[in-house]
Amino acid sequence: MISPNMVRLTIDGKTVEVPEGSTVLEAAQKLGIEIPTLCHHKALMPYGACRLCLVELVFSWGSQIQASCVYPAQEGLEVKTDTERVRRTRGVMMELLLARCPGVESIRQMAKQMGVEDTRFPKKDEDCILCGLCVRVCAERMGVGAINFANRGTKKKIAPAYDRQSPLCMACGACEVVCPTHCVDLSTVSLRPARPIPSEFDEGLMGRPSIYMPFAQAVPHKPVIDKETCLRLKTGECGACEAVCDAGAIMYDQVDTIEEIEVGTIIVATGFDLFDATRIARYGYGRLKNVLNALEFERISHASGPTGGEILTAEGKVPKSVAIIHCVGSRDENYHEYCSRVCCMYSLKFAHLVLEKTGAEVYNFYIDMRTPGKGYEEFYKRLMHEGVHFIRGKCAEVTDVAESPEEEGKLVVVGEDTLLGVTRRVPVDMVILSGALQPRADVDEVARTFSLSCAQGDFFLEKHPKLAPVEAASDGIYLAGACQGPKDIPDSVAQGAAAAACALALMDKGSVTLEPITSWIDPDRCSGCQTCVASCPYAAIEFDEENKVSVVVEELCKGCGTCVATCPAGVARQKGFADAQIYSELEGLLAQ
Amino acid sequence: MADEQFEPRIVGFLCRWCSYTGADLAGTSRTQYPANVSAIRVMCSGRVDPTFVLKALSDGADGVLIAGCHPGDCHYQEGNYKAMRRYRLLLKMLDQFGIERQRVRLEWVSASEGDKFAKLVKEMTETLRALGPLKWSANWEENGGRAEALENTVKEHEEAMEVAP
Repeated sequence: MISPNMVRLTIDGKTVEVPEGSTVLEAAQKLGIEIPTLCHHKALMPYGACRLCLVELVFSWGSQIQASCVYPAQEGLEVKTDTERVRRTRGVMMELLLARCPGVESIRQMAKQMGVEDTRFPKKDEDCILCGLCVRVCAERMGVGAINFANRGTKKKIAPAYDRQSPLCMACGACEVVCPTHCVDLSTVSLRPARPIPSEFDEGLMGRPSIYMPFAQAVPHKPVIDKETCLRLKTGECGACEAVCDAGAIMYDQVDTIEEIEVGTIIVATGFDLFDATRIARYGYGRLKNVLNALEFERISHASGPTGGEILTAEGKVPKSVAIIHCVGSRDENYHEYCSRVCCMYSLKFAHLVLEKTGAEVYNFYIDMRTPGKGYEEFYKRLMHEGVHFIRGKCAEVTDVAESPEEEGKLVVVGEDTLLGVTRRVPVDMVILSGALQPRADVDEVARTFSLSCAQGDFFLEKHPKLAPVEAASDGIYLAGACQGPKDIPDSVAQGAAAAACALALMDKGSVTLEPITSWIDPDRCSGCQTCVASCPYAAIEFDEENKVSVVVEELCKGCGTCVATCPAGVARQKGFADAQIYSELEGLLAQ
Repeated sequence: MADEQFEPRIVGFLCRWCSYTGADLAGTSRTQYPANVSAIRVMCSGRVDPTFVLKALSDGADGVLIAGCHPGDCHYQEGNYKAMRRYRLLLKMLDQFGIERQRVRLEWVSASEGDKFAKLVKEMTETLRALGPLKWSANWEENGGRAEALENTVKEHEEAMEVAP
């Protein structure tokens, strides 16, 4: 016999067991049988509004058409999902929907898929199919109910109370998200303005939900829940993600845990930050529209970004001219003196992308063109042949104040063309600022944590630029990537591999080489005052209770010599740096 | 001999990780700076015993420079803080000896601050040139030599402790 609380039914000749209380639709989905739906949502109670999920139920006395999304699965039920009658009836339902909303793209697509060419019914021009998804999500999941059906019969519509913007509406946007015809406009529903959660990866150009995959290449490739904005965690409502997750992988009661892991080697690869171009006010970043920084442009030109890869201005138009300004914040006494190494190449990449995607006129304002690497100089030459305009001169300002008719409505890039010896004003539709690579904002904290030194612009200092480029000064800590200095991806990968190899070599050796310059305390003369014990930063001095003297643990001693200078009796001695040795050095240096 | 300028002799106690490397950088960068500093490398500025400073001064140095990593960046975590503490007390001692405070300096030079080191040496050399030689041993000479001077001091103390009849 089947276990209690499970029912067995037959769909299209296949048997399936589902828990009691499931619907026929759920049973069919378990078997992988496709049934069209419009008003069904896994996280909401079934409503049976669209009538597209109709199936034929076969009984001993005949057969019946029923909506599978609401019909309960029963023991011994026989269901057919693809008979002539089912197809015909679903077709009529589709025709009715098509008649109501002939202009809605998603309805037309669905009709086409079902083989419904046209509708016999008189056409209206609505966009809402009255599926009730928005009503249900607001009431069931959000616990608010700001939006509901109003009127009856042919006048039925979706509206907030009294057709006025609702003060109850939290502007969560769920109604807009679930609507299959994209006809819900949050601004008509809510008094509050919708505030999308800016996507960190998309540089704030796009919104993201509270449960989101940080980015397509995230490791681990799993979504995370943003504690600050998740309604379920903040108010106890919603929980839609848990309802739709087939794997049952969502657990709201997970808490952040701090894990302590003991390791012997650490590789610091904490990356870089892009220069904040608002610091250079005359470039207009943050003030003028269509002035973008490099990362924003990366997202705009990427297929997974806010514009689907189409390069568009803030007004949604394809730009006819684009200026790319090199060395923003780099090679500049006022900001960063160093060259950020990668910006010329990525600026050329942008130039090529813009040319390819839009055919716009591209102007690169540069100081020097730095293109080291395989094929890079050739790429630069190619761009010259493709008609990119290269203007050698640091850009002075970006302004929207027009001085001539051609400059009206455009951004004007003002800069000196040092090869021609003139100042040029170039009107463009979009400006891209190629910003410097700079150390992350928390570099001081990270440096303290790992005892790293910072140098040359605050990047982490390697042990030796030629002989130990991936090692940090402290044993067992390695550096990789842009945190050690601006570099591109191939170099970062190479450095990462080098750091990993060094770490492995250290781990593989099986033994550690100790410093020979450790301290030693003469047990015969130590008075046991323990002043040295407190002074050792590595807790490398132990007090021998039996003999009442302090003893240096050689394996822990790093050879700094602080204990030697601290010892009031002068009883501690550092090998190689003993008092007597230093006195000899002094006498030698100062001998007349 | 009248044209010969007084060249101060400065002993520098430089820590191996930061200030010695910084001084080395000044060298490899071919930075021009006065050759008045003789460097003694220690592992950490925390190794520097105030006795070293006094011995250097008594052996003929006109000034002593102790240079270490910037506070918070010590390769051995806190050695430079200890150097700071000892330095503060040493200064009080120097006051009692009548030795000018400008002669003994504690500075922070990081491994990338070659320029700072060069500037520091230049500045200190000029300051000491203006101050003139320390003449520590000269004190002893005035009193007939070191050993004799010590004997005289002891006698003075004995006399001072005798109870007046």
